[in-house]
Amino acid sequence: MIWAMIGGMCLVTFLPRAIPMVLGRGVVLPAWIRRWLSFFPYAALGSLIFPGILTVVEGRPWIGLAAGAGAALLALRARNAIFPVLAAIAVAVSLQLATGA
Amino acid sequence: MQTEAAEVLRGIRAGIPVAVGYVPMAMAFGVLAAQTGLSVLQAGGMSLFVYAGASQFAALGLLAGGASALAIVLATLVLNFRHFLMSVALSRRLPRRREGHPLYPVLPFVLGFGITDETFVVSSLEERLTIRYFLGLIVTVYLAWLSGTLVGAGFSSLIPPVIARGMGVALYAMFIAILVPGVRKSVVNGLVAVAGGLLAWAASLAVPALPPGWRIVIAILAASAIGALLGGEASEEAAREAA
Repeated sequence: MIWAMIGGMCLVTFLPRAIPMVLGRGVVLPAWIRRWLSFFPYAALGSLIFPGILTVVEGRPWIGLAAGAGAALLALRARNAIFPVLAAIAVAVSLQLATGA
Repeated sequence: MQTEAAEVLRGIRAGIPVAVGYVPMAMAFGVLAAQTGLSVLQAGGMSLFVYAGASQFAALGLLAGGASALAIVLATLVLNFRHFLMSVALSRRLPRRREGHPLYPVLPFVLGFGITDETFVVSSLEERLTIRYFLGLIVTVYLAWLSGTLVGAGFSSLIPPVIARGMGVALYAMFIAILVPGVRKSVVNGLVAVAGGLLAWAASLAVPALPPGWRIVIAILAASAIGALLGGEASEEAAREAA
């Protein structure tokens, strides 16, 4: 039963991810659709960051916000995302410890 | 050969911040899977074959609630439909495959399997996106997801809760770190991201039962339309690349 479920989950996850890659790459799309698609990553980023970042530490949304602000500041200078990421983790851990884990 | 290896390496490097975010999440999944009664093999199998964070967690919750396998599969389809949109967008950005390469027929399937929220945003905002870069990226984060699951399911979490919660901020920080250069390129990109966040938030407030995947679908479709209407240089550039 668990393995049947895993098989089904695999199929319905894989197909939507793979079908456009298999079929869509050669298709010529009108310019307005291409413009629309070009903004997908930025729209996705916004919805992935907010409101989720408020829930990093349950009940203390400002910890996620502070860590995110730290990451944004570092991202202005850093070329690789790893530095903002490590800094944000450090901020989130120390703010938890400073305010009673 | 030298440059081909360098391309893969560039992808691996881009995958490291994502991997840092995946490991604690995958461990948490492994721990929860063991508590739900799944064996290490089943938990690992789910990460190996399904490879979709949010729906794996949802499946555990539904299993614990006594849902049928069919209901769980349907819930997974609903949650992961957003990746269809991401795959459409990314398929336009990836360079054409070279016909005649021995891996040519299976390549699109591999590329599609590797699409997650994180690999989509990282790769589609990469200016020099190549197939090898994408492969390096997706293999790195896939291995992180898989190994985190196995460690979590087998040994329960080795990471203290304070650190694990702190590491929970990693993916958000990574998202912000790749958003910032895009906003510096064009304000419209930033406006689209803000609109995406606000729309996702509004959708979750308006319909609390809305699955999180659909929050993202709504935000992507609507906020990108705002961007396309506003126009701006970055979009023209990306559209030319996508053509």
